[in-house]
Amino acid sequence: MSVSTEQVRHIAKLARIAMSDEEIERLAPELNNILGWVEQLGEVNTNGVEPLTAVIDLKLRLRDDAVTDGDCRDAVLANAPEAQHGFFAVPKVIE
Amino acid sequence: MSELTAKTIAELRDGFRSGDFTAREVAEEFNAAVAAAKALNAFTVGTPDDALAAADAADKARGNGDLASLAGIPLGIKDLFATRGVDTTSGSRILKGFKPPYESTVTANLRKAGAGMLGKLNMDEFAMGSSNETSAYGPVISPWKRNDGSNVSLTPGGSSGGSAAAVAAGIAPGVTGTDTGGSIRQPAAFTGICGIKPTYGRCSRWGIVAFASSLDQAGPMAKTVRDCAILLEAMAGFDPKDSTSLDLPVPQWEANLSSDLQGKRVGIPKEYRIDGVPVEINALWDRGIEWLKDAGATPVEISLPHTKYALPTYYIIAPAEASSNLARYDGVRYGLREEGVKSLDDMYAATRAAGFGAEVKRRIMIGTYVLSAGFYDAYFTKAQKVRALIKQDFREAFERCDLILTPTAPSAAFGIGETTDPLAMYLNDVFAVPASLAGLPAMSVPGGLDGQGLPLGLHIIGNELDEQGVLNAGLAIEERAGFIARAEKWW
Repeated sequence: MSVSTEQVRHIAKLARIAMSDEEIERLAPELNNILGWVEQLGEVNTNGVEPLTAVIDLKLRLRDDAVTDGDCRDAVLANAPEAQHGFFAVPKVIE
Repeated sequence: MSELTAKTIAELRDGFRSGDFTAREVAEEFNAAVAAAKALNAFTVGTPDDALAAADAADKARGNGDLASLAGIPLGIKDLFATRGVDTTSGSRILKGFKPPYESTVTANLRKAGAGMLGKLNMDEFAMGSSNETSAYGPVISPWKRNDGSNVSLTPGGSSGGSAAAVAAGIAPGVTGTDTGGSIRQPAAFTGICGIKPTYGRCSRWGIVAFASSLDQAGPMAKTVRDCAILLEAMAGFDPKDSTSLDLPVPQWEANLSSDLQGKRVGIPKEYRIDGVPVEINALWDRGIEWLKDAGATPVEISLPHTKYALPTYYIIAPAEASSNLARYDGVRYGLREEGVKSLDDMYAATRAAGFGAEVKRRIMIGTYVLSAGFYDAYFTKAQKVRALIKQDFREAFERCDLILTPTAPSAAFGIGETTDPLAMYLNDVFAVPASLAGLPAMSVPGGLDGQGLPLGLHIIGNELDEQGVLNAGLAIEERAGFIARAEKWW
């Protein structure tokens, strides 16, 4: 499989990264190079193999449904590029 | 190096305890060494006051006879550990100015143990790189030079490049690193120091800027195996805030150090003899086998048949997890925001375009592609299945052996700017990545110098939870390799 510049443009959109046409032209062969290389996994017979999701066998713990932190609005907002009235502020979404 | 900055952590700890010098003297010496080593670009920010405050607390505690394990020891902290009120940027422009309102569990554990912080250490952006060249702060320069008089600037490796350079240059006695696919071990090998990645889950990931969550593990880097044991004991431990943290007591790795390997079987994986690796690296590997035999171990040939698929597997899984983890950098809650765009969507895209470097973008793009509709099974699920087979290879190997010995990296340190092809760069981690995919403890220990006068490392992989076995084999190599070479000071 190889990706076209159109597909690269689509992936960039999905990834929310603005890219110029030049960047997309440059990236397409790079991505194809890497994808062509990882496709050697096709040689491996994985019939009946369960995908590995947890590398060390452990049971996910449950904790009590209790409030353990919070009440730190100002600390949470302290790093925001823009905060107004105790909220994160973003460019206008609704006209 | 002054007398104090040349000492190991164990020596600093013991000397401070017996009153040979004060913690303040130690902190002042290292602060001065950090300030004088700007040419290495190892630190992104210095925190000399932090180191001094911890030192004063240690000096006071010594008077009261009440000392924590790392009292009097100042450390360098990789820039992806959240440190309260101190810039934490993961080497990226997109986190510019981010001052966490909280402390990572690992650094909180180190502080609880009495350690002070010298500063934050430069690294590849979001830990994506093997040469520290992807950092938004520019590359770290290795303190090492080739012995051909060429004066070429060399990479300290990556992603924990600032960490490695700081220890090798004697401007920090020990540091934290993180290892996703070799990021502690390869730079340790390049700079002639020790570094261990523990079993996945030993160190809490809470407060560590995430790259690939199923692989990321913190670990220490220091001059000696003993120092790594001391630091790892302080860093590790169960943390309810990390869902993959191991709920196990922290072993006494330092107290149980022993280089007697009687009865241990050391596996030598035949698949690690790969083409294109310099003769000197395979020769060092053979010497390593002899050293472990001398320590009482028996070498056995083993097979890890899926080794050649480890790197391609890693370069699906790690970018996939990264593309998901890095979705949070959207210009809303912290870090950079690009202004002057009309819509929210444009703000996201413009911010991420301006904030991420080329390698990070490349990996997000790969990750987004392999997770996208229609390709998920062919790439991501396939890679997870091959990862299961790689894990199975190790499981079977550890029925025949107790430890595995390999080279750490397929080359010595290379020059900055010398490796421009992404795939060629990825090959640096060919020996390190399999243990990452299997979540196993693994360590690099310096074994000798190559013909250019540059350090080469030996790599020990242990079974799950057997950090002790790894450290003990590391100690056996350290005692026999007699590696005392240090980079000559030019900075």
